[in-house]
Amino acid sequence: MRYLPLTPDDRQQMLGVIGAKSIDDLFVDVPKAARIDDAFNLPAHQGELEVERALSAMAAKNTSAGSVPFFVGCGAYKHHVPASVDHLIQRSEFLTSYTPYQPEISQGTLQYLFEFQTQVALLTDMDVANASMYDGSTACSEAVQMAHRVTRRKKAVLSGALHPHYRAVIETTSKFAGDTVVALDADPSGTEDIASLIDSETSCVVVQYPDFFGRVHDLADIAAAAHEAGALMIVAIPEIISMGALRAPGAMGADIVVAEGQSIGNPLNFGGPYVGLFATRQKYVRQMPGRLAGETVDVDGKRGYVLTLSTREQHIRREKATSNICTNSGLCCLAFTIHLTLLGEQGFTRLAALNHESAVKLADALDTVPGAEIVTSAFFNEFTLKTSKPGAEVIEALADKGVLGGVPVSRLMPGNKAVDNLIIVAATEINTDADRAQYAAALKEVLS
Amino acid sequence: MSNPTFTGHRGLDHEEPLSFERGRKGACGVDLPTPDGVASRLGGLERSGPVGLPGLSEPEVVRHFVRLSQKNYAIDAGFYPLGSCTMKHNPRLNEKMARLPGFSDVHPLQPQSTVPGALELMNELAGWLMELTGMPAVAMSPKAGAHGELCGLMAIRAALEARGEAETRTRILVPESAHGTNPATAAACGFSVDAIPATDDGRVDLAAFEAKLGPDVAGIMLTNPNTCGLFERDIRKIADAVHDAGGYFYCDGANFNAIVGRVKPGDLGVDAMHINLHKTFSTPHGGGGPGAGPVVLSDALAPFAPLPYVTKQGDTLRLVEDEASSDADPFGRMVAFHGQMGMFVRALSYMMSHGGDGLRQVAEDAVLNANYVLASLKRVMTASFEGPCMHEALFDDRFLKGTGVETLDFAKAMIDEGYHPMTVYFPLVVHGAMLIEPTETESKETLDNFIACMTDLATSAKAGNAERFTQAPQLTPRRRLDETTAARSPVLRWTPPAPAQAAE
Repeated sequence: MRYLPLTPDDRQQMLGVIGAKSIDDLFVDVPKAARIDDAFNLPAHQGELEVERALSAMAAKNTSAGSVPFFVGCGAYKHHVPASVDHLIQRSEFLTSYTPYQPEISQGTLQYLFEFQTQVALLTDMDVANASMYDGSTACSEAVQMAHRVTRRKKAVLSGALHPHYRAVIETTSKFAGDTVVALDADPSGTEDIASLIDSETSCVVVQYPDFFGRVHDLADIAAAAHEAGALMIVAIPEIISMGALRAPGAMGADIVVAEGQSIGNPLNFGGPYVGLFATRQKYVRQMPGRLAGETVDVDGKRGYVLTLSTREQHIRREKATSNICTNSGLCCLAFTIHLTLLGEQGFTRLAALNHESAVKLADALDTVPGAEIVTSAFFNEFTLKTSKPGAEVIEALADKGVLGGVPVSRLMPGNKAVDNLIIVAATEINTDADRAQYAAALKEVLS
Repeated sequence: MSNPTFTGHRGLDHEEPLSFERGRKGACGVDLPTPDGVASRLGGLERSGPVGLPGLSEPEVVRHFVRLSQKNYAIDAGFYPLGSCTMKHNPRLNEKMARLPGFSDVHPLQPQSTVPGALELMNELAGWLMELTGMPAVAMSPKAGAHGELCGLMAIRAALEARGEAETRTRILVPESAHGTNPATAAACGFSVDAIPATDDGRVDLAAFEAKLGPDVAGIMLTNPNTCGLFERDIRKIADAVHDAGGYFYCDGANFNAIVGRVKPGDLGVDAMHINLHKTFSTPHGGGGPGAGPVVLSDALAPFAPLPYVTKQGDTLRLVEDEASSDADPFGRMVAFHGQMGMFVRALSYMMSHGGDGLRQVAEDAVLNANYVLASLKRVMTASFEGPCMHEALFDDRFLKGTGVETLDFAKAMIDEGYHPMTVYFPLVVHGAMLIEPTETESKETLDNFIACMTDLATSAKAGNAERFTQAPQLTPRRRLDETTAARSPVLRWTPPAPAQAAE
């Protein structure tokens, strides 16, 4: 077995040193009845070739995003990732190290975390950011818990245009923590009045930007209303590339900004692993969840980095910790950092412009299709399409024609009749004019 | 410092500034087409100023991150016996499999009809996990071990609610040797935490545990093998007692590597147990994630497993994503989408490579390696407990008494000798803990060299060479860092230097 270095001779010699007759002597504390002596109902070990053959066959049954005109978004987006990103994250020293518990031999990880934190703070226009969370949805739920700690209140008000999965994660966490959640109904028309729901018991309002339906709108009034009531505004960003084109939430009064960082550096991976971004104001830093890298000096006076403020964390504070989170999303966070460093100011803002342009062109192309109507006027790279037939049927029919055309809203908001004919459509820099034309042509056939 | 260089570099060890200190306007590491310039539809919300990112070309970026990588210790480069973390070899086949476009380039919300292979992979992995643990169900979506703990406790809470006892059963028993995530998780789930003391032999004090049982107990969170590296001999009695008292048994599966293929947790009375795929099943630790923490569940808790889950309808696998489509009673949702697919592929690739026979050998070799280290080092260091250990060996600092050397100093001296230190000061139940977990992927030669080095260090400490320890490490990119100042006045990001005053 290729991963196991011990030979039968080694094992015998080692048992001799230990003073054990057989390996069973070492399992002596396991109750006899619980020891398994017969084989498991599992196949025997296999070589690389056999494993590769079996898994490749499984993978081949899926339609990969790169093989078709692809327009699926809703919180995960297909972008081009430069080749050097995947090469660098597979460096042994990054891939096979762990949490930088020993900073003297972990400066590589600690420095990139410090760079990552700076990047996230800049993108969101916030003071500080942590070293990442599992993903956007869990980061959003952690933000609600943090707002409860800051305000000593227990009620969160959620926009109806928050991603339904994000909402579900918040509701699940809150239910068990004994907190209150008030969620508006989904409102595809974009007229919800969230400010009117804020009262003296509200700890936070949670809004998405761009929202679930793809819309962008100014959040300054919501922030003002929240602050007037002593509540925080949490902004969730599903598509972080948008920050290269849009006004950042920090400039509109956000107190906590969370985001899904997958779009930068990370593949779609059927939903994970991704990387959650979490940023806030300096004054709330000690209430933040998750790891933080900080700058310091060593005994020779040289600048270096360490994990810091760990008295917030579970391994020190146990049941009084700000979160139970232990890991961050290390390698995904590294991919994010490298990709964004490659992009730089010029590349990042241009990438955002290309995304917006791709979506504008697609919206114009689809709007001409009889039976289809774009219902989002202001958007970044995603918008809502209203079709004359139910969205779920349209998406299946498009898939049959080799186009992955988006997400039917009914998949994420089942039981809501008002959204049955709506589809969320995303376009990014990967889409060509030919892709867009093929989509429009296929949609025309499906809706005719 | 000896031999200061002009550059500050020391041979292969390069000083590397922050990317923010290097970039300049006009440089860029990607080539993107010029936008055509269609009219903006951003609703008047255009970003007004620059983001503030530095510009660097691709070769500069590559060199920056390669240099940073060279400042890290890693399993691929050396022995990494970090107790409780299971730092085993990470096969590259797993990386290759996870990068197959059919797995990596698939969107979680594309039509289910276009992803049968992805559902098949999840279902196949679930099957392996259930067989290996002897449990009837598994929740796949939790993103890490601590997230799996949360899933397990939420399932317990949901089951109590279904029994109408959620309001009365509010206490979770947690041994004092537990990982910090256990009490933090229980608190996050709305439970109060009650610590169970350990016995002198490093296990749960059964009498103290039984005395704590009562009608307000929701369950126990118990790590097995425990954080002292010992199997809880009374585990069956503990399980029965907590069940008789109306509670549930959450087993922290962080140390599953010691028993995989040898013991089925289902035979021990477990109701829920998370499995760290990044430990037992060798998905890479990646500098601190991403992990994956599927949770196996007993019949009592299975109906409450969270959304989404894969189910079989005839010959077709289907992903159940919402409550209305579920014929069970899911407690809710823990994540957007479906879990750590990229980790699922790696873990299955690892399992298939080992097979049922190889996984059993994994546990046996992990336990053998740990006992070999324990037997060889207990002559010069102080083993905390009598008898064989499981996959990790626990020592404490009694052997350093009067030497002027503390556990931390001892660890730092190991760094100069080319080793990643073991876990230190955990578990909390012994003084100055040193927890050594070699894993099964280390050769006898590596262990012999390590044992020789540790013996030399222990002898040296006892001989009064305290400076070798208190001044360590000497040979690293940075020496000991001032963590107190870092926490007192935190600097958590780079800020641009203030513009220089114009010369008069």
